[in-house]
Amino acid sequence: MTAVISAAERLRQGNAVELDGVSKVHGSGRATVQALDGITLSVAQGEFVCVLGASGCGKSTLLDLLAGLEAPSSGTLRLGSATALMFQDSALFPWLTAARNVDLALKLRGVPRAQRPAKVAELLELVRLSDFADKRPHELSGGMRQRVALARALGQDAPILLMDEPFGALDAMTRDVLHTELERVWRITGRTIVFVTHNVREAVRLGDRVVLLTSRPGRVLAEFEVGLPRPRHLDDVEVATLAGAITERLRGEGHGHGRAG
Amino acid sequence: MAAPADLRDHTPAPLPAPPRSPLRLLPGARPWAAAWPKLSAVVLVLVVWQLVVWSGWRPQFVLPAPLTVLRQFAEDVANGELLAATAVTLRRAAVGYPVSVAVGTALGLLVARFRVLRTAVGSLITGLQTMPSIAWFPLAILLFKLSEGAILFVVVLGSAPSVANGLLSGIDHVPPLLLRAGQVLGARGWGTYRHVVFPAALPAYMAGLKQGWAFAWRSLLAGELLVIIANRESLGVRLQFARELSNAPVLIATMIGILLVGIVIDALVFGQVERRIRARRGLASR
Repeated sequence: MTAVISAAERLRQGNAVELDGVSKVHGSGRATVQALDGITLSVAQGEFVCVLGASGCGKSTLLDLLAGLEAPSSGTLRLGSATALMFQDSALFPWLTAARNVDLALKLRGVPRAQRPAKVAELLELVRLSDFADKRPHELSGGMRQRVALARALGQDAPILLMDEPFGALDAMTRDVLHTELERVWRITGRTIVFVTHNVREAVRLGDRVVLLTSRPGRVLAEFEVGLPRPRHLDDVEVATLAGAITERLRGEGHGHGRAG
Repeated sequence: MAAPADLRDHTPAPLPAPPRSPLRLLPGARPWAAAWPKLSAVVLVLVVWQLVVWSGWRPQFVLPAPLTVLRQFAEDVANGELLAATAVTLRRAAVGYPVSVAVGTALGLLVARFRVLRTAVGSLITGLQTMPSIAWFPLAILLFKLSEGAILFVVVLGSAPSVANGLLSGIDHVPPLLLRAGQVLGARGWGTYRHVVFPAALPAYMAGLKQGWAFAWRSLLAGELLVIIANRESLGVRLQFARELSNAPVLIATMIGILLVGIVIDALVFGQVERRIRARRGLASR
């Protein structure tokens, strides 16, 4: 991870994340795939940024870079702090109860055993799952599993929370509820959130800012400030209008589908 | 539920309590529900056996009737002979199986961890598994004479590969997403194994342990037929002597004993543990 400079002082004042001309190439030789091409992006501390793009636009690669799971091929990536990552599938450990899943996050970052139970209870309380602490993942609904996953990600206690299409597999009603919950948790915890999605309305519903990525290679196509007051709702006219404009913009780019890489 | 009026008339009023049979209230009722199909199968086997005996296909001193054998079985249990022999055999299993588990687990771990080893011996392990354990005995007897060592050697060779393979397939099939989740949470090196890989591999490892037990038990009995040690009457020795003396009732009674031990250990030990592991993770139970 030579290209990652984790020193906060190198970041511009008030920024949590800065990417400067970051590119990522997967594979080697003939099988090379350019996943990201010259991404320049900054995220302010405490900001909620939604990264929007079609499947295969390198959104997940972007999160892998931010989470430190991979290193950029070129460009610089500066992080003001540690990151936590939440997956589309809850990725909970099926052999652990909800509470133990959250507990593991604390344990792995070295929280002393004596302090953990109270902290776990607090986190489950935050995602409103106190009554389900002793249930295993298979006994929980999809929405509940994502709440546990959120509690676990918060348990990592990293100021930057990365979310990889976390509500993509949920039904519309559950998703709606979780939008509200996430917004509440964001307000309470003051996290910086980078939220990846392919759902335009979801991005407008949640984000302070929406960053539009093209596909193959992933480039920043446009950024939209969402100046709408919170709380918002998916069906708000203003949300729908902005989502429509963004969709237009995406369509204008042909989504990058069918073009030679 | 909004049912059409004409249908509603036929639907019984809000779920009347099902007619409770008094049996249901007894604590033993549930095991009975699970047991009766098995008992019927046993009865069926006994009936077919009796029919074959009556048909006169073989003389009765070669193929005795079920009742004769069961009487012999009861007698052998009562006079302690069968139990003593079972104890001898089980004591060998109690040494051989743990050694197999230790060897198989170590082997599986090493092969999973080091790519070179996998290339070198990965397919060999599967190969060993297909090798009938009885084929090892001539060599084992040359190496260890007619001794406990010869039996142990073959039991371990027969059973350890299953254990190793179970662990290996468990480790190979850890969902990549869980590995990523572990990494994101900060698990590294040994921590990854402890918190992600081993728990995720547990069901496959259990299957390997179970299969390993079956192989150990088979190898052990094969060994006891060939490696006969004086003054130690094991189940295998009883079989061998019964054949030499043409004592068919004792022979078959001993076989029933062997079968029972196998079933009991499989159901009580492995069945229970496996069911618990699977239920915990919400995996379908059979």
